[in-house]
Amino acid sequence: MNNISYKKAQSVPEAISLVGGDKDKQFLAGGTNLIDLLKYFLTSADTLVDINKIEGSAYHEIGENEGGLRLGALVTNADTAYHPLVEQRYPLLSKAILAGASPQIRNMATNGGNLLQRTRCYYFYDANAPCNKREPGSGCSAIPGYSRIMAILGTSEHCIAVFPSDMCVALAALDAKVNVVGTEGERQLPFSEFHRLPGDTPHLDNNLKQGELITSIDLPENGFAQNYSYLKLRDRHSYAFALVSVATGLALEGEVIKEARIALGGVAHKPWRVREAEVFLMDKKANEKNFAAAAEIILKGATAYRFNAFKIGLARKAIVRNCMMALNPEESQHPGARP
Amino acid sequence: MDPKPQTILLNVNQQQHQLEVLPWVSLLDALRESLHLTGTKKGCDHGQCGACTVLCDGKRILSCLSLAVMKDGSEITTIEGIAKEGELHPIQKAFIEHDAFQCGYCTPGQICSAIGMLQEGKANSREEVKELMSGNLCRCGANVGIIDAVMEVKEGGRYE
Repeated sequence: MNNISYKKAQSVPEAISLVGGDKDKQFLAGGTNLIDLLKYFLTSADTLVDINKIEGSAYHEIGENEGGLRLGALVTNADTAYHPLVEQRYPLLSKAILAGASPQIRNMATNGGNLLQRTRCYYFYDANAPCNKREPGSGCSAIPGYSRIMAILGTSEHCIAVFPSDMCVALAALDAKVNVVGTEGERQLPFSEFHRLPGDTPHLDNNLKQGELITSIDLPENGFAQNYSYLKLRDRHSYAFALVSVATGLALEGEVIKEARIALGGVAHKPWRVREAEVFLMDKKANEKNFAAAAEIILKGATAYRFNAFKIGLARKAIVRNCMMALNPEESQHPGARP
Repeated sequence: MDPKPQTILLNVNQQQHQLEVLPWVSLLDALRESLHLTGTKKGCDHGQCGACTVLCDGKRILSCLSLAVMKDGSEITTIEGIAKEGELHPIQKAFIEHDAFQCGYCTPGQICSAIGMLQEGKANSREEVKELMSGNLCRCGANVGIIDAVMEVKEGGRYE
């Protein structure tokens, strides 16, 4: 593991000034990904600024905010998923969080950190393999390599890695907003603009500026708590990253869809949402035929690599199945329900 | 680079310890190497197996993905602190009763995880216990016995 120095920040201004413009200084919260990256020598960090004890209840609590909820960045994933207001009003988020990692990791990992986890691409983790994300310009080993878990949407010739979060798939579907603060002040990013596609800068996962800190995540009022579903398909039933996952929220009037949200995980460098498909579903009947047509729109332009062509068909079926499951969440989302 | 050791206080199994640790030392290594509490196991050291599970301020966490310096002032319970006054914890007794291990390497993590899970109170069925124990891998395949043992304690000895 890299030798590092360690500092505890007491406040947000102190944390920001301790990290400043130095990319080798990083914020430390839950540490579940960052400490692992340090063990694999995959980050150049030489100083960790521990923000776990910073003052200010807003960072440590979940509270009402403009009809929705504000999730403090330092609240753990477990405390968020089991928070009564999240369970009642945003069950899609709760289910997505509980589909990810393990109970121990969810007890440690924070909401802010969940957004910042790095890809689980094998070649990113293998320091001997060329990887444009780890070492810009060195090449991508995944494209000619074992691409089974890699992306099918939004890829570039430089990177086909996927973003591994489950929580973020639900946050994308819910139109969350990310509040950040840096030396130049506060700003808010729509969730769709937080993560990036690889393009020719795959080393950049997101649009945070150097030294900016996530302070909270805002959920808008509509949590789609009546008709929602999170479906995660993976190589084992629990404690594995998604091959394909789908978050669906529907607002229905009888059998007619008034509003639809569909976000995919495990298929791209960021949670994947296609507005055109959601518009297509408006004022249509909630049935397999229409969901299948929406799936075609979502997967338009999907590209398979040598070993991951199965993901295109899997994603298409997962979208349809998850939308059907969203019609009856009481049955499809009960604990222990099989996908 | 500042490789100076830092002084931290850890309450481990209800004993207060003052430790000098380098910033990059994991809680797992501090427990095993500095306090010689080798019951907590280093399986993968990357957060994938659960063998290093301990209770930190009552919650189950992975000690391999925690830096010791982050836990300054915390209360840690390891497998060595589970039995009280020579009496095995009900989970420990149930593990023996149900053959919930073969090699025993994952067992300290399984037991700490099971105690943490029961305190969380979110598992209400066998399916949910399986799901919420999935962060602890058993290479011997003793999982059926492990879940049986946890279910027995959860059901107050009524589970068969």
